[in-house]
Amino acid sequence: MASIHAVTVPKWGLSMDKGAVMAWHKQPGDRVRKGEDLVDVESDKIANVVECPADGILRRQVAAVGDVLAVGALLGVVADEEASDAEVEVLVTQFQATFVPMEAAVAGGPQPQVVHAAGRRVRYLVMGEGAEALLLIHGFGSDLNNWLFNQEPLAAGRRVYAIDLPGHGESDKHLDTGSVDEYAACVIAFMDEVALSAAHFVGHSMGAAVALCVADSTPARVRSLTLVCPAGLGPEINIDYLTGFAEANSRNALKPMLSQLFADEALVNRKLVDDVLRYKRLEGVREALEKTIAAQFAQGHQRRLLRDVVGRLPTQVLWGAEDRIIPPQHAEGLRADVAVHRLAGAGHMAHMEAPAEVNRFIASFIARGL
Amino acid sequence: MAREISYQQAINEALRQEMERDPSVLVMGEDNAGGEGSPGERDAWGGVLGVTKGLYPKFPDRVLDTPISESGFIGAAIGAAAAGMRPVAELMFVDFMGVCFDQIFNQAAKFKYMFGGKAQTPVVIRTMVGAGLRAAGQHSQMLVNVFTHIPGLKVVCPATPYDAKGLLIQSIRDNDPVIFCEHKLLYGLKGDVPEESYAIPFGEANVVREGKDVTIVTFGRMVHLSNEATAELAKAGIQCEVIDLRTTSPLDEDTVLESVAKTGRVVVVDESNPRCSIASDISSLIAMKAFGDLKAPIEMVTAPHTPVPFADSLEDLYIPGPAKIRGAVERVARYH
Repeated sequence: MASIHAVTVPKWGLSMDKGAVMAWHKQPGDRVRKGEDLVDVESDKIANVVECPADGILRRQVAAVGDVLAVGALLGVVADEEASDAEVEVLVTQFQATFVPMEAAVAGGPQPQVVHAAGRRVRYLVMGEGAEALLLIHGFGSDLNNWLFNQEPLAAGRRVYAIDLPGHGESDKHLDTGSVDEYAACVIAFMDEVALSAAHFVGHSMGAAVALCVADSTPARVRSLTLVCPAGLGPEINIDYLTGFAEANSRNALKPMLSQLFADEALVNRKLVDDVLRYKRLEGVREALEKTIAAQFAQGHQRRLLRDVVGRLPTQVLWGAEDRIIPPQHAEGLRADVAVHRLAGAGHMAHMEAPAEVNRFIASFIARGL
Repeated sequence: MAREISYQQAINEALRQEMERDPSVLVMGEDNAGGEGSPGERDAWGGVLGVTKGLYPKFPDRVLDTPISESGFIGAAIGAAAAGMRPVAELMFVDFMGVCFDQIFNQAAKFKYMFGGKAQTPVVIRTMVGAGLRAAGQHSQMLVNVFTHIPGLKVVCPATPYDAKGLLIQSIRDNDPVIFCEHKLLYGLKGDVPEESYAIPFGEANVVREGKDVTIVTFGRMVHLSNEATAELAKAGIQCEVIDLRTTSPLDEDTVLESVAKTGRVVVVDESNPRCSIASDISSLIAMKAFGDLKAPIEMVTAPHTPVPFADSLEDLYIPGPAKIRGAVERVARYH
């Protein structure tokens, strides 16, 4: 039985409706393997690579470099030797004849929702269905859109929740203290509100410290911990980044800050900077960020260390080898049963710069635990 | 939560949120409260196009109807500002500004300077600008440049609902007189606007679109017509960078000059008449400060040096459109 796979423009994040084809890594006739880099696509927010969906041969490049195509449009075809040229041609013809691009607003796609948890408005986005639940917790100054390369792929066969922490995204901006413990209490209140008894936690940076804090106070709610470039494992942190981010109120001040988050600084484009600026201008955000810095750091060091929590529950640590915000050395000397993976070519935003690897580590880690 | 609202609704929301936040903010203008003697509910109008509709019932003591005397009520607003209030006065069409030039140019713009910094005048004058409403030569001018010329005034001209809300909030909080220019053809334009309050700082241009070949410097409604032109130009292989100045005073020179340093080719698009305009101002700025970066003469796309015509066909010709912008960009891009 011949296997033929259509490679299509992915949807990265809520607002993506089209992508530009930037470069092909493989040429027609090349042998390709599942998970290999196939083609670079850029949305108005960010560029990323589309991976090969199966082993086989790249039979057709339908999209040319420079083409701007709707989400879901055909990029190319991967098939094994058994598939005839005619069969490949039929797939292309049928696909193009029936393909209907989504509207810009993406009616019907999953949309963020709002709950009130412990008196606070919390925005969240849930994708997928299944018995297992995952909870994604972003870091300082970020929001649920941070998981644009992760949430949908991880939602195959499970429910994946991503939340905006208080003071962040479109959740309430008020914070009492800004401590890790306050954020953790809010996460638990959120889980109560959406009747989520327990979940696999994936936390990035400060969000990882929040996950550790929940695991410390209420371990029954946490099935496993995936800590991505985590805070909470050691005292050092790039405090200049944190204060610079909190203070920056113009594009020119903010861009050099955001550039420190990535190994590849070219990823920090106009749209990304604009989106962060829009968030930072909202009433209450500056106070929330300043409170958080005051509560969580002293003399430029992290105050809330949760290293002893690591390993009480199934835990893995993923770290961008080129992280310039929190040193990856904090992952050294952890318990032997805690897997630590260094991601080459990725900075602090490892889940955005190496999403395929991060998603694979998370999926296999959870599968092993079942 | 961000949701889609119109430019007009964004202005209304900014007024409402600032009035809730600060009891010294008041709104005044012709028919802002509904117009004495108008039929039906007192909230019948909310200004000539209904921008302040709904504010009067919420703040009956702070939404004031004024006589049809611009020189009277603009003077009153400026006086109230000097005495500690934050009035937002609606001067229906910018074309009527002439009768209150003394209050604006000689009084509001000069108080801080003449009194050695001891006086401030936190007044906002909201006004409609621009052609396209078939309202003829006395209701259609784009006089942003006239106010930009005067030291002591700040001049704002938002292009999107998001900018309209954030810039109006900033205007109300600013301690200097602000001329807030609303393009009448943009009132129905919809876009994502957060429900929460936010302020956009003055003097920060918005890079609407990044490109390496030609810089288009523009503001107001012309941002949208420039964007239309760039879509066609991109297909022809010309990548435009579109800069929306957002405020013409203060002016974000850095963003303009940085872009010119990258592209070396410039088209300035301005809906005003060409002489002594924002287009000529930006052109002279670039000629003086970035001459060495230029690879081609600067082009200006503006209205002609005539009043705005009343005939539909002539008004359409008068307003700079995507075709004219495209032509200018192509000439600049091909110049050797």
